[in-house]
Amino acid sequence: MSDGTADKNRSGGMAFWAVGAILLVVMPLLNILPPEDSWFHLSDFSLNRFGKFLAFGILALGLDLIWGYTGILSLGQGVFFGLGAYCMGMHLMLTIGKESVYGTEMPDFMVWNQVKELPLFWKPFYSFPVAVIGSILVPMAFALVFGFFAFRSRIKGVYFAIITQALALVAWLVFNRNDTNLGGTNGLTDFKQVIGYRLSEPSTQLVLYIITVLCLGASYLFCQWIIRSRAGRVLVAVRDSEKRVVFSGYTPANYKLFVFVVAAALAGLAGMLYAPQVGIITPAQIGVLPSLEMVIWVAVGGRASLAGAVLGAVSVNYGRSVLTNYFPELWPFILGGLFVLVVLLFPDGLIGMMRKAKSLLSRSKPDGGKPVVPAEKAAVLEGKR
Amino acid sequence: MMISLGRTVAALSLALFLFSGHSWSIAAEGAITAPPISSIEQALGQVASEDESVRSAAIRLLIEQGDVSLVPRLEEMRANASRSIRQAIKPLMDLLKNRAKLASPDSDVRRSAATDLGSSGNPSVIPWLDAARVNESNKWVRYTMEESVTLLKLASDDPSIIAAAAEKLGELGSQNGVPVLKQLVAAGAVAEATEQQKTVAMAAAAAIVRIESWGAWSNAIETLFRGISLSSILLIMSLGLAIVFGLMGVINMAHGELMMVGAYATFVTQQFFTAWFPSDMFDWYFPVALPVAFLAAAGSGFLLEATVIRFLYGRPLETMLATWGVSLVLMQAARVYFGDLTAVVAPGPLRGGMQVLVGVYLPYNRIFIIALSIICVLGIYFALFKSNLGLRVRAVTQNRNMSACLGIPTRKVDSYTFAFGSGLAGIAGWALTMVGNVDPGLGQNYIVDAFMVVVTGGVGKLAGTIVASLGIGGLNKLIEPSFGAVYGKVFILVMVILFLQWRPSGLFAMKGRNAD
Repeated sequence: MSDGTADKNRSGGMAFWAVGAILLVVMPLLNILPPEDSWFHLSDFSLNRFGKFLAFGILALGLDLIWGYTGILSLGQGVFFGLGAYCMGMHLMLTIGKESVYGTEMPDFMVWNQVKELPLFWKPFYSFPVAVIGSILVPMAFALVFGFFAFRSRIKGVYFAIITQALALVAWLVFNRNDTNLGGTNGLTDFKQVIGYRLSEPSTQLVLYIITVLCLGASYLFCQWIIRSRAGRVLVAVRDSEKRVVFSGYTPANYKLFVFVVAAALAGLAGMLYAPQVGIITPAQIGVLPSLEMVIWVAVGGRASLAGAVLGAVSVNYGRSVLTNYFPELWPFILGGLFVLVVLLFPDGLIGMMRKAKSLLSRSKPDGGKPVVPAEKAAVLEGKR
Repeated sequence: MMISLGRTVAALSLALFLFSGHSWSIAAEGAITAPPISSIEQALGQVASEDESVRSAAIRLLIEQGDVSLVPRLEEMRANASRSIRQAIKPLMDLLKNRAKLASPDSDVRRSAATDLGSSGNPSVIPWLDAARVNESNKWVRYTMEESVTLLKLASDDPSIIAAAAEKLGELGSQNGVPVLKQLVAAGAVAEATEQQKTVAMAAAAAIVRIESWGAWSNAIETLFRGISLSSILLIMSLGLAIVFGLMGVINMAHGELMMVGAYATFVTQQFFTAWFPSDMFDWYFPVALPVAFLAAAGSGFLLEATVIRFLYGRPLETMLATWGVSLVLMQAARVYFGDLTAVVAPGPLRGGMQVLVGVYLPYNRIFIIALSIICVLGIYFALFKSNLGLRVRAVTQNRNMSACLGIPTRKVDSYTFAFGSGLAGIAGWALTMVGNVDPGLGQNYIVDAFMVVVTGGVGKLAGTIVASLGIGGLNKLIEPSFGAVYGKVFILVMVILFLQWRPSGLFAMKGRNAD
């Protein structure tokens, strides 16, 4: 490893702690300390919204692992996100108890649908730990089965993308049905409390926000650890030339399955944090289009860069939330344009642009000739040639 | 059979004669000095009578002798009659109207009139139907008339007539007869049923079995037809997609929106015809729209290739994302420009359908799409294997570098092929206007299925696409009746994944020395 990379890692480490401190300390303080009418005050709404974006950031980390580093385009991440969110949502639904509109122990939509008895698969979700663990394990188990069959038969590239897109479509259809007892089109909503704390209280939301930041930080470090490990190098090698990996005596399918399952776990975790903060989870969040939007987060932020993935998730969602407010008709144009522009003109996303700007600034320095692209990226270009 | 029919008719006319005589005698008592008026006029006078027996006798007479010309007068009487009388006159008017409709030049009208008469439960209309049946030219109208007559005979008092009618219904495979037959079976099953009722019930039960087994057959035929029709739609869509995928390794996610372009081109052509051409030329918009749709979609595809895809050569996943972005833009553009309320009216010859067997009805638009897909396959086969461009396309598909060395302008081939594939999407859109609304989401409804077809079929061989679309379309419609459309899709996804375990690169993968 060259000195330059080590140097970059150190500055990356500093940036990580700096951003962590802002997210974890400064933002909550801005929410609590300044008076409501102060310019510095961060409203409860903004903080809550930001927490949602950070939850998406966790999902983007997983997607970056599988797409950015391993080169597998999964268009079905929304499904794993949905599984996680529904697991948590089911628990939150059950804790509503008699506060529901109909005042029964059963969730409201089951009363509408005249379901007499709670379905068996709902029962374990009375327990909070089961919901938390389930919302990570269920997507993992699902990804394990799906990925096993997909990677075993060497489905890859475009084929894998299409199959996962079909998975997203099918999952959307299934979650939309009333007879699956998952709330149909309306999804799960009207949550009241989580382990005894009222969700309508700003303090609960603040704690949820802090938990999200901590989870994001832990996920980031986890992903970084994977990438820097031996396995991480194999993943990048799979992206760059799977054939050579096979000939070197590795079994790419196992590594792919591993990263697919990890990505699913992170998506599930994101979903688990999303449900109580947003207060609703519907099939509209898990279909074909949302799953594709997740890919564009990573593309906008910068592929093969963990910070880029989080940055992309936050900035695209922030842009969406602002723009759909003012120009709802325009958003699909912008989103579609982003897809085309990023892919055509900025393949390295925001992070790539930032690096480019940095290198332009430091060109005057004698060692300004450092490669703009990271080492692994340069290897790709080498391999293509 | 004929004898019993004759007997019924005779009995009925006798009864009617007696009734009419009866009413005549009542009228005669009151109006000796009045000038003689026809029995119809008299019955018309009595229809509004408060006395129920008088009224029903008058109605019977009017059914026997009246015709549609009485309807306006009856209408007038209804307007200022009491509720019970209005209720009594209404069926009479319906019967008379339907009788007139039996002579309509439109076979559908004749048929629905026969059906209505059959469900009226009034045996006195049997002679009308019998008379009309003799002169009827359309086979299926004749069938309906016979069915109606038989249904009406079930209301007879004579058990032998009923049993014969039940048997006849079984022979006809009449679904309309099942409820009545079930009643007969139920009547024969109770403890105090007479011997005759039991005989009738046995005949009815046998008829039900026969009808239901025929119903299963006709259902199977219709399911098969729907499957083939869906397969044809998938096939037309997937052909363009598969050719481009085979050639350039690119999946065009905007393919569905190119279809949408074709559909909107058809819509615009239709609007143009309604605005500028006389209405008797309206039907011509449809053939005119074919080249319009093809060119509009091919042009859009050409632009898409030149501005986006060209720069992403060798990066299939990025191409997918970029074309998806284009599809979002196109969809939203259509939504903003056209709105959601656009429909194409099918041209005259494609409306309606034809009946091939009892209970088996094939709509013309579906038949048209099946035929179109066959024509498309033949056309593509010709273009790929007999034309100069086709030769080059196949060469580049097999080995791009070698073809380039031999002087084939590979980029030009890409560009033309992409435009051609997009044009095929336009044709698919043109055809889809016949089976559904034109809306911005048009492409999205089928596109994932079309991708699955391409994945399952493999690249480089037309046969793969054809077999895969037949398989996926057929499975879809086969599963739908028993498990519903959603679980059908789940099942198909599972099947495709399992299939890829066995054949990872599709049905007819090209053989080569490739480590992948």
